[in-house]
Amino acid sequence: MQIQPILTALRRHKAGTLLIALQIALTLAIVCNALFIIHQRLSHLSEPSGVDEANVFVVTSMWGEQYSKQEEVAKIQQDLATLRQLPGVQDVAAGNSYPLSTSGWDNFVTMTPEQVKPTTDASVYAGDEHFVRTLGLKLIAGRDFRADEVANLGNRENIIPPVVIVSKALADKLFPKGDALGKAFYSMSSTPTTIIGIVETLHRQDVDTWSAPYAGESLIWPARLVRSMSTRYLVRAKPGQLDAAMREAPKALYAENRMRMIDPKDGILSFAQVRERAFERDRGMAILMGIICVVLLAITGAGIVGLTSFWVGQRRRQIGVRRALGATHRDILHYFLTENLLISLGGIAIGVLLTFGLNLWLVTRFELKVMPLAYVLGGVVILLLLGQSAVFAPALRASRVPPVEATRPV
Amino acid sequence: MLAHYLRLGMRSLRRNPILTMLMVLTIGIGVASSMTTYAVFRAVSANPLPEKSSQLFAPQIDIWGPQSRAQGADMPDALTYTDAMALLRDKKARRQTAIYPVNLTLVPQSERTEPFAVNGYAAYADFFSMFKVPFLYGGAWDMSQDDMHSSVVVISSQLNQQLFQGADSVGRTIRLDDHDYEIVGVVDDWNPRPRFYDVNNSNGFTDPPDIFLPFTRAIDLQMNTNGNTNCYGSAGRKPGFDGFIHSDCAWVSYWAELPDTKSEAAYRDYLTNYAADQNRAGRFHWQPYITLRNLAEWLDFEKVVPPETRISLWLSLGFLLVCLINTIGLMLAKFMRRAGEIGVRRALGASRKEIWAQFLAEAAMVGVGGGVVGVAFTGLGALGVGLVFEPDIARLARVNVSLIGLTLVCALLSTLAAAFYPTWRASRVQPAWQLKSN
Repeated sequence: MQIQPILTALRRHKAGTLLIALQIALTLAIVCNALFIIHQRLSHLSEPSGVDEANVFVVTSMWGEQYSKQEEVAKIQQDLATLRQLPGVQDVAAGNSYPLSTSGWDNFVTMTPEQVKPTTDASVYAGDEHFVRTLGLKLIAGRDFRADEVANLGNRENIIPPVVIVSKALADKLFPKGDALGKAFYSMSSTPTTIIGIVETLHRQDVDTWSAPYAGESLIWPARLVRSMSTRYLVRAKPGQLDAAMREAPKALYAENRMRMIDPKDGILSFAQVRERAFERDRGMAILMGIICVVLLAITGAGIVGLTSFWVGQRRRQIGVRRALGATHRDILHYFLTENLLISLGGIAIGVLLTFGLNLWLVTRFELKVMPLAYVLGGVVILLLLGQSAVFAPALRASRVPPVEATRPV
Repeated sequence: MLAHYLRLGMRSLRRNPILTMLMVLTIGIGVASSMTTYAVFRAVSANPLPEKSSQLFAPQIDIWGPQSRAQGADMPDALTYTDAMALLRDKKARRQTAIYPVNLTLVPQSERTEPFAVNGYAAYADFFSMFKVPFLYGGAWDMSQDDMHSSVVVISSQLNQQLFQGADSVGRTIRLDDHDYEIVGVVDDWNPRPRFYDVNNSNGFTDPPDIFLPFTRAIDLQMNTNGNTNCYGSAGRKPGFDGFIHSDCAWVSYWAELPDTKSEAAYRDYLTNYAADQNRAGRFHWQPYITLRNLAEWLDFEKVVPPETRISLWLSLGFLLVCLINTIGLMLAKFMRRAGEIGVRRALGASRKEIWAQFLAEAAMVGVGGGVVGVAFTGLGALGVGLVFEPDIARLARVNVSLIGLTLVCALLSTLAAAFYPTWRASRVQPAWQLKSN
């Protein structure tokens, strides 16, 4: 195939050529960046929580009366006992929060009490001796809490428990040599806290971008928060009985003590719902970018079909002449395919620059990551295929122009 | 003449229905995607109190020292109780209030109904006049009631509906967390979005608060904040509520009303002096550092507009640009195909201006078609935003008259802009060339 005559012909259609090339360039830039955003958001979506998600649900109960600390401790124990008696329930724990809850407590962690610049930031869970087992966390070193270690923390009591269970991510950050078990650290306190257990994975409570450097770094304190506002019960249902247990739990709690409030909207959440809520924004963004990609590619494809059809119509006579001079169907088909390939390559050359420019802008303005080269290559392949398939139908029509067309006036 | 051009345009558009449909759809989809994301953006970036936004200020004081800021963190976006009380005592602004969110249990009088949770704010009497809170019945409590730590409450119209079936409930009492409060006012529908006075604690787009009660009373009853508490280090924190409120933990929102730039400058000086006084008293050991942002600056600082909303707006504008380039290409093809016709018209005496008018009229029809399709797609988009944005934000994106108008105008203008180059090319057609080739 001769490229020279195609280039010469294109020079006579500067505007159309430039428009298609520009459109391809912009489409490439937007599609690559959108695909990259989709990938980032989706990988966020599947972050492991460490929780046995299929069987765990969470009940948030607010008291309808004011209790003293002792009364409240008794009420919580009563609630725990009630929930444990349900046939579908395997285990129950009291805790302040749970992974992916999107709001909660985090503390700076230092290696010495005087240290000013914190070593890291850990998501803080307060849980009793059932916490690890109920959530189904995998203890990979050390031991679980004993019942006598669990303290009742009343309103504004600043007691730092002497023992702690940490996630492996936190253990590795604090003690990179892997000898964290038995070591101590300080967490916004003047007294140390000693690591007695390490769990494999425990996601943070928040899913925000600020905490990305501290991903997976969490600690559990043996404590029951008795803070007169609301109490969280983490419940693990027996396999396959989640729905039944979720139905029974509020009924049993209300039957035991009516002076409470379980919000009809988010008072009881299965872990599937917790995950869905936590990543609502990410999923939404991925869907939006997906729609934009698909529609954009469709429009660009349609635009190429439209403009090429016009060119074919315009050149019927030339095509006829070429056919009369001996060009085959294939030659004509190849002519248009090659023409599109040349325009696409031109567009892609500009597009690659635009892609990186757009990515750079998103990096500086919106704290996105730098795009790996694979996305650009993927985008280039997609657009080349799109261009070739869009041009195929008009090119086929061109190849069917009969040689007799050469003798007809326009 | 315009009618004639419109008729000509219509006939020409009908000749290539597929090409025409393609152009109309392209414009429609491009405009609709921009308008849908714009509707969301407009809702979240709105100024909730435009007439006073330049007079309301939120101060910040560097309570933890430059060390705390050196780690990439900013100053806390709230004050400590100690500082908030000191500023309130001095009353250097025209109006001022300290605020914190509370979550309480409302115990209904009748035995049959169950207690339920209510959300609201502990604030000072100035809150209502500063933020122009409209009242259905009664009004705000007065400043003497702040000083007396009175057990009074202002409730929302929704709560009034729920408890008193919408009747004037001023003077009646409600029971919150085992204490009785006398209702002094019922707020009319009031839920500024974003909720500027609480964006340091919430996303700013949640349901309206149910109650407001005096800050002084809430502290007496040791009500916990339902918002954020930021502490630094471990020093100087004693146990108990009293220890907490006198700690260096920041959790009290603070707003001051400063009517003009002179009072703003004076307040800035006052804050700096206050910080310097703390230095002298030995509480701070660093150069005084304060900020004072007005409402709009505060919303910006708090990043109330989610980055997702901005990115999607920008990307859909990019999308519209591609759609327009696409339309330019298609129109160019369509117009230049009629070079012969243009040649004949020009040879018969039509001026370039008349060619312009003819082709722009045709483009305008495409634009109007695109606008209609765009309105339909924007409607669909507004229904679908729930899939993409959080429910709190998605429900703000509503299709109203101004959005429909904007969609139509945007479609028409962008189509005319796209038609500019193809029309120019059409007007440059040389009659002689066209006639000769025939």
